[in-house]
Amino acid sequence: MLKKRIIPCLDIRDGRTVKGINFEGIRDAGDPIELAKRYVEEGADELVFLDITATNDKRKTMCSLVEKIAAEINIPFTVGGGISSLEDARAVIQAGADKVSINSAAIRRPELIREIADPFGKQCVVVAVDIKEIDGDWYVFSNGGRQSTGLNAIEWCRKVATFGAGELLLTSMNSDGTKAGFSLEITDRIAREVTIPVIASGGAGSTQDFAQLFTQTKASAGLAASIFHYREVAIPQLKTELKQLNIPIR
Amino acid sequence: MIAIIDYGAGNIRSVQNTLKRLGVDSTLTNDPALLMQADKVIFPGVGEASFAMNQLRQYELHRVIPSLTQPVLGICLGMQLLCHFSEEGGIQTLGVFDTNVKAFKPILNVPHMGWNSCTPENSVLFRGIDPTNDFYFVHSYYAELCAETIATCDYILPFSAALQKDNFYGVQFHPEKSADIGATLIQNFLEL
Repeated sequence: MLKKRIIPCLDIRDGRTVKGINFEGIRDAGDPIELAKRYVEEGADELVFLDITATNDKRKTMCSLVEKIAAEINIPFTVGGGISSLEDARAVIQAGADKVSINSAAIRRPELIREIADPFGKQCVVVAVDIKEIDGDWYVFSNGGRQSTGLNAIEWCRKVATFGAGELLLTSMNSDGTKAGFSLEITDRIAREVTIPVIASGGAGSTQDFAQLFTQTKASAGLAASIFHYREVAIPQLKTELKQLNIPIR
Repeated sequence: MIAIIDYGAGNIRSVQNTLKRLGVDSTLTNDPALLMQADKVIFPGVGEASFAMNQLRQYELHRVIPSLTQPVLGICLGMQLLCHFSEEGGIQTLGVFDTNVKAFKPILNVPHMGWNSCTPENSVLFRGIDPTNDFYFVHSYYAELCAETIATCDYILPFSAALQKDNFYGVQFHPEKSADIGATLIQNFLEL
């Protein structure tokens, strides 16, 4: 049976892992390669590295770091942040990334999804979508959550899937950093709208939050950052407890 | 010498990294002469089938690969290209394995992405690996079951997780991305 995935996310700035709350107030969380190796040993199913400043600073993603990561770890990893063309994606994939995550660039030009999927396969293309609830409706934000796009979240996710995305990385800005649980309702609605896997992100604070995600929504994976970085939730214990609840876990 | 076929499709470095972690040197190449000399050949692939077949043709590899006589391990798209026909692009492929590659019907999420177990038959490739072990899969197309199936995975329907015919082996999952259990499988291949 296909297992539900637990995915630690490492936000990278200037070669260090950092963590912000509600997309702001950044603090240091250590060396990304050491952290990545620790997660592999602990049984993480996949890793995501996001260069959180890349889009705004117009910087390209950190290929040399990607090469080092690829040499050290033996589970799949996704790299995102500032990927705005097929050439950017190719550079990161050739440096050793299994998947690329695109966000703002897909909003500016959705055709980019297909341009990357055509040569590399759709499974290489993760589209990250940052969403926020405003007066009962969910909208898409770009540029690291700073810019409102006016796009309806459900419609955008549906469109992203038809443009050839292999996976959706859905971050609820309302929940991000709160440790009060995933935004279950919207996650499930979107996961039922599309036939590609949805990675839920934003709000994980406990084993219970992951249990609810996997029992109350169709999400394929749960992603979290600081609770894993600071060992507030230990991955081995998390996976053991989820297995005891009969959730399919590796 | 272990040769990894480099035909410009997808992430092949991860296979080389896995070998390096096992203490084994390898050569990335698209040179038919080097491939024929190699002790073992790994045929990786992440990407789209018709694009990959065009790349193989450019280097004459569509003739070279089926004629290899040393152990060959096709991984993911590499395995699928060793079959007869792929619905991805509707193309003839290399025709080593007597089966066809079809598109998953999206009854469940497609791609089939993540860790899944498979049921291996008695094969040296799976020595030390049992049905409780999970491998990492990422694919939207699958090889149908056939007489050459040596491991079965069930997602949407039962399909070939691994194939073997003579010196040719193929795995649908990514052993190079399947943590320690994947390294065990690659080690088994290297010891053939």
